[in-house]
Amino acid sequence: MAERPLSPHVTVYKWAYTMTLSILHRISGIALFLVLIGLIVWLTAAAMGAGAYARAMTIVDSLPAQLLIALSLLALCFHFCNGLRHLAWDIGWGFERAQARRSAIIVIMATLLAAGVALYLLHAGAT
Amino acid sequence: MTLRTPLARVLNQGAARDGVHHWLVQRVTALALAPLSVWLTMSLLRLPNRGYVTVASWIGTGLHPVLLVLTVVLSAWHAWLGIQVVVEDYVAQPARKALLLLLSAFANALLVASGVYAVLRIALRSQA
Repeated sequence: MAERPLSPHVTVYKWAYTMTLSILHRISGIALFLVLIGLIVWLTAAAMGAGAYARAMTIVDSLPAQLLIALSLLALCFHFCNGLRHLAWDIGWGFERAQARRSAIIVIMATLLAAGVALYLLHAGAT
Repeated sequence: MTLRTPLARVLNQGAARDGVHHWLVQRVTALALAPLSVWLTMSLLRLPNRGYVTVASWIGTGLHPVLLVLTVVLSAWHAWLGIQVVVEDYVAQPARKALLLLLSAFANALLVASGVYAVLRIALRSQA
Protein backbone atom coordinates (compact mmCIF):
# COMPACT_ATOMS: atom_id res chain seq x y z
CA MET A 1 0.00 0.00 0.00
CA ALA A 2 1.42 3.39 -0.97
CA GLU A 3 2.14 5.95 1.79
CA ARG A 4 -0.23 8.50 0.37
CA PRO A 5 -1.93 11.30 2.28
CA LEU A 6 -5.31 10.31 3.69
CA SER A 7 -8.23 12.43 4.79
CA PRO A 8 -9.64 13.57 7.16
CA HIS A 9 -6.93 15.53 8.98
CA VAL A 10 -9.25 16.25 11.87
CA THR A 11 -6.57 17.16 14.40
CA VAL A 12 -5.02 20.07 12.47
CA TYR A 13 -8.17 22.20 12.53
CA LYS A 14 -9.52 24.51 15.21
CA TRP A 15 -12.90 23.18 16.36
CA ALA A 16 -16.00 24.74 14.82
CA TYR A 17 -19.58 23.65 15.54
CA THR A 18 -20.09 22.84 11.86
CA MET A 19 -17.57 20.01 12.45
CA THR A 20 -19.87 18.58 15.12
CA LEU A 21 -22.68 18.37 12.55
CA SER A 22 -20.29 16.73 10.11
CA ILE A 23 -19.35 13.92 12.50
CA LEU A 24 -22.97 13.61 13.70
CA HIS A 25 -23.97 12.98 10.09
CA ARG A 26 -21.68 9.94 10.07
CA ILE A 27 -22.72 8.77 13.53
CA SER A 28 -26.43 9.11 12.72
CA GLY A 29 -25.82 7.33 9.41
CA ILE A 30 -24.23 4.35 11.15
CA ALA A 31 -27.03 4.40 13.73
CA LEU A 32 -29.63 4.35 10.95
CA PHE A 33 -27.96 1.23 9.53
CA LEU A 34 -28.73 -0.45 12.88
CA VAL A 35 -32.28 0.94 12.67
CA LEU A 36 -32.60 -0.63 9.21
CA ILE A 37 -31.62 -4.00 10.72
CA GLY A 38 -34.32 -3.53 13.36
CA LEU A 39 -36.91 -2.56 10.76
CA ILE A 40 -36.18 -5.66 8.68
CA VAL A 41 -36.25 -7.95 11.72
CA TRP A 42 -39.68 -6.44 12.50
CA LEU A 43 -40.87 -6.97 8.89
CA THR A 44 -39.58 -10.55 9.02
CA ALA A 45 -41.52 -11.17 12.24
CA ALA A 46 -44.66 -9.85 10.54
CA ALA A 47 -43.99 -12.12 7.56
CA MET A 48 -43.71 -15.14 9.89
CA GLY A 49 -47.26 -14.61 11.12
CA ALA A 50 -49.38 -13.21 13.93
CA GLY A 51 -47.63 -15.15 16.73
CA ALA A 52 -44.10 -14.09 15.79
CA TYR A 53 -45.30 -10.52 15.25
CA ALA A 54 -46.93 -10.41 18.70
CA ARG A 55 -43.71 -11.68 20.31
CA ALA A 56 -41.70 -9.02 18.41
CA MET A 57 -44.13 -6.34 19.57
CA THR A 58 -43.65 -7.24 23.26
CA ILE A 59 -40.01 -6.22 22.70
CA VAL A 60 -40.94 -3.15 20.59
CA ASP A 61 -43.37 -1.96 23.28
CA SER A 62 -40.82 -2.31 26.11
CA LEU A 63 -39.40 0.88 27.58
CA PRO A 64 -35.78 0.37 26.36
CA ALA A 65 -37.00 -0.31 22.81
CA GLN A 66 -39.28 2.74 22.88
CA LEU A 67 -36.31 4.87 23.97
CA LEU A 68 -34.23 3.40 21.12
CA ILE A 69 -37.07 4.14 18.67
CA ALA A 70 -37.22 7.73 19.96
CA LEU A 71 -33.44 8.05 19.43
CA SER A 72 -33.81 6.46 15.97
CA LEU A 73 -36.39 9.08 15.01
CA LEU A 74 -34.05 11.83 16.21
CA ALA A 75 -31.17 10.31 14.18
CA LEU A 76 -33.41 10.00 11.12
CA CYS A 77 -34.62 13.61 11.36
CA PHE A 78 -31.05 14.88 11.73
CA HIS A 79 -29.60 12.72 8.94
CA PHE A 80 -32.50 13.77 6.69
CA CYS A 81 -32.12 17.52 7.34
CA ASN A 82 -28.33 17.51 7.22
CA GLY A 83 -28.50 15.27 4.13
CA LEU A 84 -30.54 17.93 2.34
CA ARG A 85 -27.81 20.40 3.35
CA HIS A 86 -25.20 18.10 1.78
CA LEU A 87 -27.28 17.83 -1.42
CA ALA A 88 -27.46 21.65 -1.54
CA TRP A 89 -23.65 21.79 -1.25
CA ASP A 90 -23.41 19.20 -4.03
CA ILE A 91 -25.19 21.53 -6.46
CA GLY A 92 -22.83 24.30 -5.40
CA TRP A 93 -25.06 26.19 -2.99
CA GLY A 94 -24.08 27.52 0.45
CA PHE A 95 -20.33 26.91 0.49
CA GLU A 96 -19.44 30.26 2.09
CA ARG A 97 -18.46 29.99 5.74
CA ALA A 98 -21.30 32.25 6.92
CA GLN A 99 -23.83 30.30 4.82
CA ALA A 100 -22.58 26.96 6.15
CA ARG A 101 -22.92 28.22 9.74
CA ARG A 102 -26.41 29.55 9.06
CA SER A 103 -27.51 26.30 7.39
CA ALA A 104 -26.11 24.39 10.39
CA ILE A 105 -28.42 26.36 12.68
CA ILE A 106 -31.35 25.74 10.30
CA VAL A 107 -30.56 22.00 10.31
CA ILE A 108 -30.53 21.89 14.12
CA MET A 109 -33.85 23.74 14.39
CA ALA A 110 -35.51 21.70 11.61
CA THR A 111 -34.27 18.49 13.27
CA LEU A 112 -35.75 19.45 16.63
CA LEU A 113 -39.04 20.46 15.00
CA ALA A 114 -39.33 17.26 12.91
CA ALA A 115 -38.26 15.06 15.82
CA GLY A 116 -40.81 16.81 18.03
CA VAL A 117 -43.60 15.96 15.59
CA ALA A 118 -42.35 12.36 15.20
CA LEU A 119 -42.05 11.81 18.97
CA TYR A 120 -45.51 13.26 19.51
CA LEU A 121 -46.93 10.79 16.96
CA LEU A 122 -44.95 7.92 18.53
CA HIS A 123 -46.38 8.78 21.94
CA ALA A 124 -49.91 9.41 20.61
CA GLY A 125 -49.96 6.04 18.85
CA ALA A 126 -48.65 4.14 21.88
CA THR A 127 -52.07 3.84 23.49
CA MET B 1 -6.59 7.14 -21.37
CA THR B 2 -4.31 6.53 -18.42
CA LEU B 3 -0.66 7.33 -17.83
CA ARG B 4 -0.37 4.66 -15.16
CA THR B 5 1.70 1.60 -15.98
CA PRO B 6 0.22 -1.90 -15.61
CA LEU B 7 2.73 -2.45 -12.77
CA ALA B 8 1.37 0.57 -10.87
CA ARG B 9 -2.15 -0.81 -11.28
CA VAL B 10 -1.35 -4.21 -9.80
CA LEU B 11 0.55 -2.54 -6.95
CA ASN B 12 -2.66 -0.74 -5.95
CA GLN B 13 -1.19 2.70 -6.62
CA GLY B 14 -3.40 5.56 -7.60
CA ALA B 15 -7.17 5.83 -7.71
CA ALA B 16 -9.47 2.90 -8.41
CA ARG B 17 -11.37 5.11 -10.91
CA ASP B 18 -14.80 4.47 -9.49
CA GLY B 19 -14.95 7.41 -7.08
CA VAL B 20 -17.29 9.54 -9.18
CA HIS B 21 -19.73 6.66 -9.62
CA HIS B 22 -19.67 5.93 -5.86
CA TRP B 23 -20.25 9.62 -5.11
CA LEU B 24 -23.11 9.88 -7.61
CA VAL B 25 -24.94 6.73 -6.50
CA GLN B 26 -24.72 7.88 -2.88
CA ARG B 27 -26.48 11.14 -3.87
CA VAL B 28 -29.04 9.50 -6.14
CA THR B 29 -30.04 7.01 -3.42
CA ALA B 30 -30.17 9.91 -0.92
CA LEU B 31 -32.47 11.89 -3.20
CA ALA B 32 -34.80 8.92 -3.66
CA LEU B 33 -34.77 8.11 0.07
CA ALA B 34 -35.78 11.64 1.06
CA PRO B 35 -39.48 11.23 0.13
CA LEU B 36 -39.49 7.47 0.85
CA SER B 37 -38.19 7.86 4.42
CA VAL B 38 -40.77 10.57 5.20
CA TRP B 39 -43.51 8.40 3.71
CA LEU B 40 -42.52 5.26 5.67
CA THR B 41 -41.96 7.04 8.99
CA MET B 42 -45.17 9.05 8.84
CA SER B 43 -47.19 6.03 7.67
CA LEU B 44 -45.95 3.78 10.49
CA LEU B 45 -46.38 6.47 13.14
CA ARG B 46 -49.91 7.30 11.97
CA LEU B 47 -51.28 3.73 11.83
CA PRO B 48 -54.51 3.58 13.88
CA ASN B 49 -52.93 0.80 15.95
CA ARG B 50 -49.87 -1.46 15.80
CA GLY B 51 -51.65 -4.80 15.81
CA TYR B 52 -50.82 -7.58 13.35
CA VAL B 53 -53.94 -7.23 11.17
CA THR B 54 -53.55 -3.46 10.78
CA VAL B 55 -49.82 -3.64 10.01
CA ALA B 56 -50.02 -6.62 7.63
CA SER B 57 -52.93 -5.15 5.67
CA TRP B 58 -51.20 -1.76 5.48
CA ILE B 59 -48.06 -3.45 4.07
CA GLY B 60 -50.16 -5.26 1.45
CA THR B 61 -52.29 -2.30 0.37
CA GLY B 62 -51.97 -0.77 -3.11
CA LEU B 63 -48.51 0.59 -3.90
CA HIS B 64 -47.20 0.10 -0.35
CA PRO B 65 -45.28 -3.13 -1.08
CA VAL B 66 -43.58 -1.50 -4.10
CA LEU B 67 -42.57 1.57 -2.08
CA LEU B 68 -41.46 -0.63 0.84
CA VAL B 69 -39.24 -2.76 -1.43
CA LEU B 70 -37.76 0.44 -2.90
CA THR B 71 -37.13 1.83 0.58
CA VAL B 72 -35.44 -1.37 1.78
CA VAL B 73 -33.24 -1.73 -1.32
CA LEU B 74 -32.21 1.94 -1.51
CA SER B 75 -31.61 2.20 2.25
CA ALA B 76 -29.29 -0.80 2.25
CA TRP B 77 -27.51 0.45 -0.88
CA HIS B 78 -27.07 3.92 0.66
CA ALA B 79 -25.90 2.36 3.94
CA TRP B 80 -23.38 0.16 2.11
CA LEU B 81 -21.84 3.18 0.35
CA GLY B 82 -21.89 5.31 3.50
CA ILE B 83 -20.34 2.64 5.72
CA GLN B 84 -17.64 2.13 3.08
CA VAL B 85 -16.66 5.80 3.25
CA VAL B 86 -16.56 5.77 7.06
CA VAL B 87 -14.54 2.52 7.22
CA GLU B 88 -12.07 3.73 4.59
CA ASP B 89 -11.58 7.00 6.48
CA TYR B 90 -11.13 5.64 9.99
CA VAL B 91 -9.85 2.06 9.73
CA ALA B 92 -6.20 2.14 8.68
CA GLN B 93 -5.20 -1.49 9.24
CA PRO B 94 -5.69 -3.20 5.83
CA ALA B 95 -6.96 -6.59 7.07
CA ARG B 96 -9.43 -5.02 9.50
CA LYS B 97 -10.58 -2.59 6.80
CA ALA B 98 -11.15 -5.39 4.29
CA LEU B 99 -13.01 -7.46 6.89
CA LEU B 100 -15.35 -4.58 7.81
CA LEU B 101 -16.03 -3.76 4.14
CA LEU B 102 -16.87 -7.42 3.46
CA LEU B 103 -19.09 -7.64 6.55
CA SER B 104 -20.95 -4.49 5.48
CA ALA B 105 -21.44 -5.81 1.94
CA PHE B 106 -22.75 -9.18 3.17
CA ALA B 107 -24.92 -7.62 5.89
CA ASN B 108 -26.54 -5.18 3.47
CA ALA B 109 -27.11 -7.91 0.87
CA LEU B 110 -28.75 -10.02 3.57
CA LEU B 111 -30.92 -7.06 4.63
CA VAL B 112 -32.09 -6.52 1.05
CA ALA B 113 -32.89 -10.21 0.49
CA SER B 114 -34.73 -10.70 3.78
CA GLY B 115 -36.50 -7.33 3.65
CA VAL B 116 -37.80 -7.85 0.11
CA TYR B 117 -38.81 -11.44 0.93
CA ALA B 118 -40.69 -10.35 4.06
CA VAL B 119 -42.57 -7.55 2.26
CA LEU B 120 -43.56 -9.82 -0.64
CA ARG B 121 -44.62 -12.63 1.68
CA ILE B 122 -46.91 -10.31 3.65
CA ALA B 123 -48.25 -8.55 0.54
CA LEU B 124 -48.98 -11.73 -1.40
CA ARG B 125 -50.68 -13.34 1.61
CA SER B 126 -52.97 -10.38 2.19
CA GLN B 127 -53.89 -10.32 -1.52
CA ALA B 128 -55.04 -13.94 -1.38
